[in-house]
Amino acid sequence: MKRVYVNEEWCLGCHLCEYNCAFANSGGPDMARALRGKEIRPRIRVEGDGDAITYAVSCRHCTDPLCIRGCISGALHKVDGVVCIDHEKCVGCLTCVLLCPYGAVQPGEDGAAMKCELCLANSCGAPACAAGCPNRAIVYEERGEARA
Amino acid sequence: MKRYVIVGASIAAVSCVEGIRSVDPEGEIVLVTAEAHANYGRPLISYYLAGKTDIPRMSWRGADFFEKNRARLLLKTRAEKIDAQEKRVFLSNGETLSYDALCVCAGSYPFAPPFEGIESVGRRFSFTTLQDALALEETVTGTSRVLIVGAGFIGLKCAEGLRDRAGSVMVCDLAPHAMSANLDPDASGILERHLESNGITLALGDTVERFEGGTAHMKSGREIAFDVLVTAIGVRPNTALLKDAGAEVNRGVCVSERLETSLPGVFAAGDCTETTDVSAGASGVLAVLPNAALQGHAAGVNMAGGDERFDKGIKMNSIGFFGLHIMSAGTYTEPVLEEVTDRTSKKLYAAGGVLTGFILVGDVRRAGIYTSLIRERTPLDQIDFEAVKREPSLLPFGREIRKKKLGGVV
Repeated sequence: MKRVYVNEEWCLGCHLCEYNCAFANSGGPDMARALRGKEIRPRIRVEGDGDAITYAVSCRHCTDPLCIRGCISGALHKVDGVVCIDHEKCVGCLTCVLLCPYGAVQPGEDGAAMKCELCLANSCGAPACAAGCPNRAIVYEERGEARA
Repeated sequence: MKRYVIVGASIAAVSCVEGIRSVDPEGEIVLVTAEAHANYGRPLISYYLAGKTDIPRMSWRGADFFEKNRARLLLKTRAEKIDAQEKRVFLSNGETLSYDALCVCAGSYPFAPPFEGIESVGRRFSFTTLQDALALEETVTGTSRVLIVGAGFIGLKCAEGLRDRAGSVMVCDLAPHAMSANLDPDASGILERHLESNGITLALGDTVERFEGGTAHMKSGREIAFDVLVTAIGVRPNTALLKDAGAEVNRGVCVSERLETSLPGVFAAGDCTETTDVSAGASGVLAVLPNAALQGHAAGVNMAGGDERFDKGIKMNSIGFFGLHIMSAGTYTEPVLEEVTDRTSKKLYAAGGVLTGFILVGDVRRAGIYTSLIRERTPLDQIDFEAVKREPSLLPFGREIRKKKLGGVV
């Protein structure tokens, strides 16, 4: 399946992916209106040492995700390999945050947990982070795997 | 065609079905539970009382799970006896099931010391099953004074769930601090203040000496009047079924990394078992939902002829009360970081060159990176531990490991 992959050596640390992510998931038509003056809550996050190292982290859509196994409500589930959250079922206990080895799940604004779902269910239809990355440091592609 | 029997129908049992089906799409599967409900996460029952979920949404793997997996589910049926020689299970409905592989996911039962006068209390409850939550929902009204004995996870989540339904909620515990078995006094202190500011009355360092109808006579001499009593002292593994069948049992049922009991063809998973806690290097009852799910799945795979291990077990918990999030994991050995403010607390523990445990209150972001360090027993001299202590991220792992994590299939 296609996933978001990161080429760390090409990351400029520009944080555009965070803005594109927050906008894509805002549901609004206008980026400035959706994000200006607000604390953005992207599902991808640029980490680094504040100097030479930068890279983006988002859900790895693991082959055998710990978050799905340990979710107390069954809200986390896979749809065609994509790890998704059912916001109706999630009670916000954050066991997924406790379990994710990548730090890629976070508390959301509606009390439920929040994570990258590859923009497949929002108006983008494909990851906005990868589409908007100016240096191909974030790509959305197949990287070969044993078929589950 | 193989025949699989599973005792229990909660998280370990449902995960066991998933494990079996990942290897064997054909075999016959039968699940037996004494409960009237199956396939739900027990920790949800407090959210049910708080109105944050309902019975349809509580279905862990969906309402059609058993049908989709061609598994036969027997509700309100007790597995009464196992004949390990003949590979048969005797049920309370008179049926006898023969099996090729059996998995006992019997869970735990609420334990309460024999309080003097407890039989004089009219309305008393435990809080471990959906049935308990439904009974409390029916009993508790806007004027009920609820007394909960036990300020651990179960008692306090029950308190949170009942706050908006009851007239008042008081929680007492002999221990001087809330959740003392899992938290340090700093973390407990933040939690206690938060609970009290949200309308829960705490009576810590004090417990019931005897009951007299609707009055609890406390050790301190104080008398507490109540209408509804919930006992939440603790839970114990349900081991009797396997013990009687001749399996090796310690505090919990002893199982291998493959979840095999000492009886051939008999597996066990979930809260009834005892497994290695890798953060302590010792065997223990690691009765939390994620472990039940992982154990159940591994047991299922192995029952069907595959090979899956449960070899990274630790105690771990994520819990929230009125918006305050608390996470704890592993074993609290030598503190290597302690940062405490009015509303947050962060403590990390390490020994033998690996992270063994943590307690986080308030700021729990990316805590899974710490959990992963404990479970994987990552040598701390191979990462920039000073950086990961300050803030959990993938930075301290170095470029090569990050390339695997972020550039490959994991």
